[in-house]
Amino acid sequence: MPDAVRTPKRQSRREYLQLQRLMAGAVMQPLSRRGGMQSAAPDGRPMKKVAAGFIKPNGRLTSLERLEIYNRQYWFRLLDCFYDDYPGLRAVLGDRRFAKLAEAYLTQNPSASFSLRNLGRSLIEFLATEPHWVAPHGTLALDMARLEWAQIEAFDNEAKPPLKMDALLEIDPARTLLQLQPHLTLLELSHPVDEFLIQIKRAVRLRDEASNAMEARPAHLRRKLKRRLKPAKVFLAVHRHNDTVFYKRLEPGAFRVLSAFRTKAALAEACQQLGAEEGSSPDAGGKVKAWFESWAALGWLCR
Amino acid sequence: MPANAFNGFTDYGIGIGLRVPHYNHILSEKPTVDWFEIISENFMCDGGRPLKVLDQILEQYRVVQHGVSAYFGSAQPLDREHLKRLKRLVKRTNTPWLSDHLCWGSVDGRYTHDLLPMPYTFAAAKVTAEKIRHARDFLEVPIAVENVSSYAEFHVSEMTEWEFLSEVVERADCGILLDVNNIYVSSRNHNFNPLDYINHVPAERVAQFHIAGHTRYRKYILDTHDHPVIDPVWQLYEHALRRTGPTATLLEWDARIPSFEEVHNEALKARRFIENVEVHA
Repeated sequence: MPDAVRTPKRQSRREYLQLQRLMAGAVMQPLSRRGGMQSAAPDGRPMKKVAAGFIKPNGRLTSLERLEIYNRQYWFRLLDCFYDDYPGLRAVLGDRRFAKLAEAYLTQNPSASFSLRNLGRSLIEFLATEPHWVAPHGTLALDMARLEWAQIEAFDNEAKPPLKMDALLEIDPARTLLQLQPHLTLLELSHPVDEFLIQIKRAVRLRDEASNAMEARPAHLRRKLKRRLKPAKVFLAVHRHNDTVFYKRLEPGAFRVLSAFRTKAALAEACQQLGAEEGSSPDAGGKVKAWFESWAALGWLCR
Repeated sequence: MPANAFNGFTDYGIGIGLRVPHYNHILSEKPTVDWFEIISENFMCDGGRPLKVLDQILEQYRVVQHGVSAYFGSAQPLDREHLKRLKRLVKRTNTPWLSDHLCWGSVDGRYTHDLLPMPYTFAAAKVTAEKIRHARDFLEVPIAVENVSSYAEFHVSEMTEWEFLSEVVERADCGILLDVNNIYVSSRNHNFNPLDYINHVPAERVAQFHIAGHTRYRKYILDTHDHPVIDPVWQLYEHALRRTGPTATLLEWDARIPSFEEVHNEALKARRFIENVEVHA
């Protein structure tokens, strides 16, 4: 339709919002299998017709093709970010299944934050409620997703003033509530995914340094590393120290004490989380003291 | 360089974007750079290395904040959490002015993380100007809005892009971050004369320039910031400088980022054009 016929009436504020809803719906719709725009809009109408209804064509591109540039950019940007954030989960699932998971997750959980840093915020919940995307690797995939999200949290979450050992010795253990640093996440895992992720990252680094090596084919490497991964209970702290993200494995008792601090327990109450066996062993006092010294040195405890 | 109310009456020269691959070089070699532009959102976190690096940079350099997701053009209200974090960062950097794009990118709480084009309508201009005023009042710092590269135009538009930009900045009484590469890209994608754009911009409101490279495809040009600036863009820059007078200028290089020296040397090419304008002033 000629422009002169199309634009007699001024746009209202409501129409402006409706236009943005229409365009966002189209831009955020998954790409087709050939990597372009889908032939049908979210409401079922032909996308070609929808695009022509609000976007002008020019001499080189149709309305659909112009809209498609934004549709492709949206998915390329989000998928790039998701791939960067979850190399371990990709290794667990393989490229094809990871791509399907990424599309399904991002379609159901579009970004709700001004920062792409938060893109994976709902992934753990998504995997728990829709396990078919990762079956039969459900537990392993969930372990890895939790670890990789914990890394993101460790990278740039707040660090409160830490309590040093001297300060800890002076507090009233029955009354003082202790907390853990916001950048620290405690994970009870069913697989040693910490070691697996380190190996994956090392393999990728080596591949980058010697890209012509046969051994360096990423899919082959990932499969090889995954075969070695056997179930084993791991208690892990993911934290930041000197601006670098670290993993630290914990004894079960230490994990329970630290977990109690997450619920704002007093020192004495947290220590009651030790099992009867651990708590009554002859070296229990020394062990707990050593834990606290280590945690204080790492700056994990705060008020 | 001449200062105005829209860049906090500062006389900044030629800057470059602060990017992760250059951190080590900058912190260890301490090269002489007029100023750095940071992407605000990269530092709107609560802790960790980003803020530590930023504090080290702030000890040595002047920093200006440039945002990518305030989305002044989104039809719905500003994100309060975004604004609060932005204000915290403004206090940290003491940025003399703050820029973001004349675009939209979120609706109903969903973010596209893109700089989506606006319909050039009076309704859109009014909403956008109100939001810019609101943000400036909250942040207590001058705001400049940047023209974006675009790949689509709307049937509903009631004016040209440059008329729309003028309408918004006059209503909001704010500054302009004039991206001459974006003008070039859009002029090719939408078949207009880029000089018409530059000649229409209210020159007294230009707080800053952006220059950058782009990628040419068969049917359109994409604003990729991954190449040196091409000659036609330098020519547009010179033309714009003649209208505005020497103004703070920043080179953007965001993908396939070369060495610090290469990026900085590309930015410093702007000096020749600034000197030309000063001689003829």
